[in-house]
Amino acid sequence: MTDIITLSASALAEKLRAGELTSVEAVQAHLDRIAAVDDAEHGVHAFLHVNAEEALAVAAEVDAIRAAGGAEAAALHPLAGVPIAVKDLIVTKGQPTTAGSRMLEGWMSPYDATVIEKIRAAKLPILGKTNLDEFAQGSSTEHSAFGNTRNPWDLTRIPGGSGGGSAAAVAAFEAPLALGTDTGGSIRQPGAVTGTVGAKPTYGAVSRYGAIAMASSLDQIGPVARTVLDSALLQELIGGHDPRDSTSLPETVPALADAARQGAAGDLSGVRVGVIKELQGEGYEAGVQARFDESLELLKARGAQIVEVSCPHFQYALAAYYLIMPSEMSSNLAKFDGVRYGNRVLPTDGNVTIERVMGATRAAGFGDEVKRRIILGTYALSAGYYDAYYGSAQKVRTLIQRDFAAAFERADVLISPTAPTVAFELGAKLDDPLAMYLNDVATIPANLAGVPGISVPGGLSDGLPVGIQFLAPAREDARMYRAAAALEAALEEEWGHPLLADAQDLEQAVAAAKEGAK
Amino acid sequence: MSTEATVDFDDALTRYEPALGFEVHVELNTKTKMFSDAPNEFGDEANTNVTPVDLGLPGTLPVVNGKAIEYSIKLGLALNCSIAESCRFARKNYFYPDNPKNFQTSQYDEPIAFDGYLDIELDSGRVIRVEIERAHMEEDAGKLTHLGGATGRIQGASASLVDYNRAGVPLVEIVTKPILGVGADAPELGRKYVAAVRDIVKALDVSDARMERGNVRCDANVSLAPIGAEKLGTRSETKNVNSLRSIERAVRYEIERHAAILDAGGSVVQETRHWHEDTRTTSSGRPKSDADDYRYFPEPDLVPVVTSRERVEEIRATLPELPAARRTRLKADWGFSDEEFRDVVNAGLDEALEATVTAGATPAAARKWWMGEISRLAKDGEVEPTELGILPADVVEVEGLIGEKKINDKIAKQVLQFVAAGEGRPAAIVEARSLAVVSDDGPLLAAIEDAMAGAPDVVEKIKAGKVAAIGALIGPVMKATRGQADAGRVRELVLEKLGVQG
Repeated sequence: MTDIITLSASALAEKLRAGELTSVEAVQAHLDRIAAVDDAEHGVHAFLHVNAEEALAVAAEVDAIRAAGGAEAAALHPLAGVPIAVKDLIVTKGQPTTAGSRMLEGWMSPYDATVIEKIRAAKLPILGKTNLDEFAQGSSTEHSAFGNTRNPWDLTRIPGGSGGGSAAAVAAFEAPLALGTDTGGSIRQPGAVTGTVGAKPTYGAVSRYGAIAMASSLDQIGPVARTVLDSALLQELIGGHDPRDSTSLPETVPALADAARQGAAGDLSGVRVGVIKELQGEGYEAGVQARFDESLELLKARGAQIVEVSCPHFQYALAAYYLIMPSEMSSNLAKFDGVRYGNRVLPTDGNVTIERVMGATRAAGFGDEVKRRIILGTYALSAGYYDAYYGSAQKVRTLIQRDFAAAFERADVLISPTAPTVAFELGAKLDDPLAMYLNDVATIPANLAGVPGISVPGGLSDGLPVGIQFLAPAREDARMYRAAAALEAALEEEWGHPLLADAQDLEQAVAAAKEGAK
Repeated sequence: MSTEATVDFDDALTRYEPALGFEVHVELNTKTKMFSDAPNEFGDEANTNVTPVDLGLPGTLPVVNGKAIEYSIKLGLALNCSIAESCRFARKNYFYPDNPKNFQTSQYDEPIAFDGYLDIELDSGRVIRVEIERAHMEEDAGKLTHLGGATGRIQGASASLVDYNRAGVPLVEIVTKPILGVGADAPELGRKYVAAVRDIVKALDVSDARMERGNVRCDANVSLAPIGAEKLGTRSETKNVNSLRSIERAVRYEIERHAAILDAGGSVVQETRHWHEDTRTTSSGRPKSDADDYRYFPEPDLVPVVTSRERVEEIRATLPELPAARRTRLKADWGFSDEEFRDVVNAGLDEALEATVTAGATPAAARKWWMGEISRLAKDGEVEPTELGILPADVVEVEGLIGEKKINDKIAKQVLQFVAAGEGRPAAIVEARSLAVVSDDGPLLAAIEDAMAGAPDVVEKIKAGKVAAIGALIGPVMKATRGQADAGRVRELVLEKLGVQG
């Protein structure tokens, strides 16, 4: 069984096609793994809902089509039968969607997100819904209303956030693929601290229809995987224009998997890799900086030309982000009022008016971090403050876009550490929101500018994964995949195996944690 | 509800100058809603014309209805506005249960159309130019029904029902600049302005334009300032005045009410007012300050609406003839006096006349029948003249029968009555009821001879040259022919018979 779950998605797909494995076997192996390591109290707790029955049914359907052969079998999507996990911010028919919030506990969406429609059409069995910070607001998954997720490398540490569930599920071999959403780094930072691959596509490359909005101008759905190629394959599947999302790009999906294969083949001659001066040094742990510097050497060895670029306005990115994101979010979350769906809470004193029901519902339904940001955003949009806060932040956003434009004059792709630190201890930053926010300092600029970014494993620091981030110009996701695959191949050649092979024996660790709690 | 003090309208205008402003909401008649593909249908079962988007379900996104953009541009052009090359939607944030997202997607600082005007002609012939500040796109809210209260209002209600069928219906809101210097014409101007907007949207076919269904809704702003004052007074905003007559009355009432407050040394409260058709008064709504904080910001789920100049010209080329231009043309074509034409327009019969003329009648004949007998029949039946079932072609047919001397005016009126009664078309009715004028000289001559024989003294008078005496013979001839004789022909035959020159 262990063999099946450690296969990459593309390798698993190959075995399914070759008839060496059935999809039912693959799904069952992952369900067994979930049962073994995903305990909510002591285990990874990546999943909020496990969708075993439907996943097995879809797998059986794929197996039947394959067994029957013919045109229908030939027409199967390359990833058909490969199981996938879905961040619980993305709506799915037939399974609850909670957004990690009491507000939506038990809510069933009557419609599927566009990416879910595509996944169903391609017949990837959906294993379940993964944990997240409430409404994707956080960098550690500790702000989930349903308990935190634990890092498979060290169960006392955070798996990153907000998409800690998807990253941990993939790192823990509970799923070969997962969907995430990235508003300020929620795919890439969890990828970095769990030793997995996570990509935020160009803004508009993947439809947002059905992803519960946090900050509309920043949100992107993207792939979570263990290899760059798998990430590219999944982005090809979920990408493309969607008439239901006005901000969706009109272009067809570029050949991302081909770019990843090209990169993995090794040659980066003529590729200019720009090191962002402002995203290293002070504030970055020594171990993170060391792995980053080694990565540059490996890229150089593969023919890349390393250049230094300066993005002077990145120093304002975090401040601008914490005005734009809460502003949009405060408006996007206004709909959660208990009137039409979700939980409704009545005022305890019996004086029931609509305003008081809305107030009581929101007071009980939202956690502290969400409330903190709603208050920030409401304030920033208020008359008399709008120009100083939201208006200024939008100007910073323009300046950051110009920084990127100038940097991409000098470099084909940019590179930085994905996060300034490795995974920190659970609870370490819960009382210090600013320290928590700083973890996204390197990932936020890409969201503000709408450019694509990917995090790949760059090695370990004190036994914990370090992530390396590549950024490319908007619509040039293929370029990013090529460079990332080249680094991945170079590093794995050095190590002699994928980074996750170094991770602890999780089943033992979970068993020990359970034992220790007795 | 306490009755508020008012001052006589004419008296008020000796001391105060009114300033007006109108916000007219027009519901567009697109097939689908502003941001979703739900049907834009009135009157269906509650909460059936909704998609996840209209219910504001988590994860949903809006998509702008291209037809609504086109209609808005049409309307903007008809209001003589400039059309924005690029404009955006914004979010107007406020919590209210008829608003499924708790924000309304509207246009704020970037309307699609701006800086226009409409020239409004009053009954006196005075023309007032109403400046249009902007016409912007937005979505309608759902409809709340309050249960348990006495008045149907939220006060005293025990529960409220919400129907989201209307949520997301495309609206264009047309906002005027302050209208000054209208004096006593203010109420009439209000009515005529809204009528002009209604007629335009109807002519453009961008709205069903039925005020009773709320397709066209008017908020009327009124303020008074002492005559000669430089600053405008404090305004009240009377919401949702939904008939032309009510607009006139509401403006008049608010002028009378404001004047009483100002006369007493008080100050007008800046607030919304509710219009009550039954008492023809307004009552206090909610306070409205200029600083209501809706936390507007650009709608991040939508991209800007970009309209090339070529596209604007393409749309302009498709505009039908607008009501004002049409009226100018018809008045000239028909050769009516100002007063004649105005009466036709005020009677709402210009379209009927136009159709009748197009069908072949002379303008004078069309006017004679529609403004005369048909209007009289309508008044008797308490319906609109155009709702009687008399068609423009019927009028033409009646005129033709008169021209052929088959019937006379008196019979024509009867024929129209029979048409209105549903007996068929005029010629067929004349046939079926044997109403044709007797023009066969045979029976006519017999009747004439009988009449002459019965009145030898009259015959003598005629022979003596008193031709006017023929009138005394026409009566008996008509009686004998049941009114179907042609009086002129009778005269000719009598003279011929007696060898007298007429």
